[in-house]
Amino acid sequence: MGTVTTTQLRSMYEDMVTARYYEERLQEEYMEGKTPGFDISAGPIPGELHLAAGHEATAAGVCAHLTDEDTVTAPHRPHHIAIAKGVDLKRMTAEIFGRETGLSAGKGGHMHLFDPDVNFACSGIIAQGCPPAVGAALAAMKRNESSVAVAYLGEGAISQGAFLESLNLASVHDLPVIFVVEDNDWAISMPKGRISAPPDGSRRADGFDMPGVRIDHDDATAVSEAAAEAVGRARDGNGPTLMSVQVHRRMGHFMGDPETYRPEADQQRHQERDSIERLASDLEAAGVDEDERETIREDAHERVDDAIEWAKDQPEPEPEAALEDVFSNPPSGVTDEDPTPEFAGDGGANR
Amino acid sequence: MSDDGGRQATMSTAMVEAIATEMRDNDEVFYMGEDVADYGGIFDSTDGLLSEFGHDRIMDVPISETAYIGAAVGAAQEGMRPIAELMFADFFGVCMDQLYNQMAKNTYMSGANVSVPMVLTTAVGGTYSDAAQHSQTLYGTFAHLPGMKVVVPSTAYDAKGLLHNAIRDDDPVVYMFHKRLMGIGWMPAPDGPKTAVPDEPYTIPFGQADVKREGADVTVVTLGLHVHRALEAAAKLADDGIDVEVIDLRTLVPLDEATILESVQKTGRLVVVDEDYRSFGLTGEVISRVVEAEPDALEAVERLAIPDVPLPYARPLENRVIPDSDDIEDAIRQTQP
Ligand SMILES: Cc1ncc(C[n+]2csc(CCOP(=O)(O)OP(=O)(O)O)c2C)c(N)n1
Ligand SMILES: [Mg+2]
Repeated sequence: MGTVTTTQLRSMYEDMVTARYYEERLQEEYMEGKTPGFDISAGPIPGELHLAAGHEATAAGVCAHLTDEDTVTAPHRPHHIAIAKGVDLKRMTAEIFGRETGLSAGKGGHMHLFDPDVNFACSGIIAQGCPPAVGAALAAMKRNESSVAVAYLGEGAISQGAFLESLNLASVHDLPVIFVVEDNDWAISMPKGRISAPPDGSRRADGFDMPGVRIDHDDATAVSEAAAEAVGRARDGNGPTLMSVQVHRRMGHFMGDPETYRPEADQQRHQERDSIERLASDLEAAGVDEDERETIREDAHERVDDAIEWAKDQPEPEPEAALEDVFSNPPSGVTDEDPTPEFAGDGGANR
Repeated sequence: MSDDGGRQATMSTAMVEAIATEMRDNDEVFYMGEDVADYGGIFDSTDGLLSEFGHDRIMDVPISETAYIGAAVGAAQEGMRPIAELMFADFFGVCMDQLYNQMAKNTYMSGANVSVPMVLTTAVGGTYSDAAQHSQTLYGTFAHLPGMKVVVPSTAYDAKGLLHNAIRDDDPVVYMFHKRLMGIGWMPAPDGPKTAVPDEPYTIPFGQADVKREGADVTVVTLGLHVHRALEAAAKLADDGIDVEVIDLRTLVPLDEATILESVQKTGRLVVVDEDYRSFGLTGEVISRVVEAEPDALEAVERLAIPDVPLPYARPLENRVIPDSDDIEDAIRQTQP
């Protein structure tokens, strides 16, 4: 099991069972008011909802090596990554329920979660988290700080310009950034072989002169080992790494996805290979037995249930709040207040 | 008029019929987009087409909008008639150069030696808490940039006729369908977009607005989802003796100024309702056209649009910024003596 300590295994397990249970609970909450007739705008959580059951290993394995100062950008399927990065679970949940005390006061929703305290952000536009991650890495390099940045993306995003351009920019400047492709075989209804050549995202690294690592199974321990190397390389000033990890889409692309395009056998295959059970056996081997694991699970479930209960108790935003926050609040003062009086009023004669 | 013969169809069915007919009649027509094949389009825009035409003509493409939309431009310049779907209009940012610097300008820059006979289909609009990156209409953005025709159907009848026309048009056409109007199972449509649709193909020419309701007291100019919200407001106001005319623009480029002016000359009162941002957009444009042409025609004018903020997620916030039929009713009352 190489370099991963028992403490790290335990903490990954905690992140993964939290994330899995979180998605299961959100699914329940989301479906409330949407059965029998599914209406996307009904129920306590309206709008699109992309859940990440089966993706947990990439989140836990990579974020295990990050501190709050390190930046993470996530795509449209962000919850497991946010949890592993240490985003405030209660306020994140309140955001998903569209409440005033949510991370973004109800303005962002589940695809647009921002927690600057732990340098986490996500975006609903494919691959568009990559350039900002490169920018965070650039800032770290310019300021001589040791922090790194991680951009997560799906395997469907590996043919988007923003990703490919980011690989080059990061590589040519040796920036401390790690690109993590969560390869669940599907981009909504499109199998990876239909839309990407080659389908293995890690091979994009070859063309950009950086290490490309492929992990063929969602084994959190293997992800953690590979991430240790990639993050270490970035922190040491040796440039970017591209990782691609095979994960599994255990649910539809979004809630309500009929998945009629997906062969039964494929669904079955994705249900069977469970990264959490795999990690449990690593824990067992490291001497963390089922009793201890059960305690970890119970604590995680309690945390999730508490967060959901808290979120549902929070007030909805006042409608007029919709008109606030287009610009920084409070205003910066430079452009809005205290004009330099002798120049502000003279129409340019003194320029 | 919209209820000539035929059976009732949803807007998505009407679109699919137009595409299928054009593809049967012309081998040079093909469709590219994400999830358009096996899925049938996230908003049902290509539902069922794969089984008839196969993956070669109903093409799933990589999530590389610049590449495949640019490829549509190139194939169109070769004389083919591609239809490329941008899943949400909000995603235009990742492919805008191909749209506004290539697709929309090549005809002009070539002194009209080159034509770009393609259609860009794209889903627009909010009302279902999909937040700032998936709820915009961007009508004004596309209509602002010269070189593309911009079509916004509000009913199944219009959707079919306008799409036939779009595919046969020799210029680039941006065909913007409102998600809320498509009749998708998981996003219930209001009453109204489902109309009678003739089985046979027909075209609706661009630049002809449709008076969806005649009235003598006030003119409401609108498009897309808000045609139905305006009709709802008009029905309520009729009980109070306010007689509302509702004009559905149907195309923004070209814009049917004549129909608007004729109506305003009759009513003297104008309300423009848009689901795009307020400033530098459709509402200001329509009012300017009227004022330029008939400076004295207006006794009262109101406009409703998104108040220059990104579309928020939470329900009370989104409801605050997207005009509803009550807002339209209030605006109309404001114009009354
Ligand atoms: C630029 C852009 N194009 C298309 C979409 C619509 N879209 C949302 S998710 C998705 C599929 C993404 O697949 P993948 O990257 O593999 O991530 P997964 O959903 O499998 O986690 C698509 C096409 C988008 N959000 N942004
Ligand atoms: Mg995928």
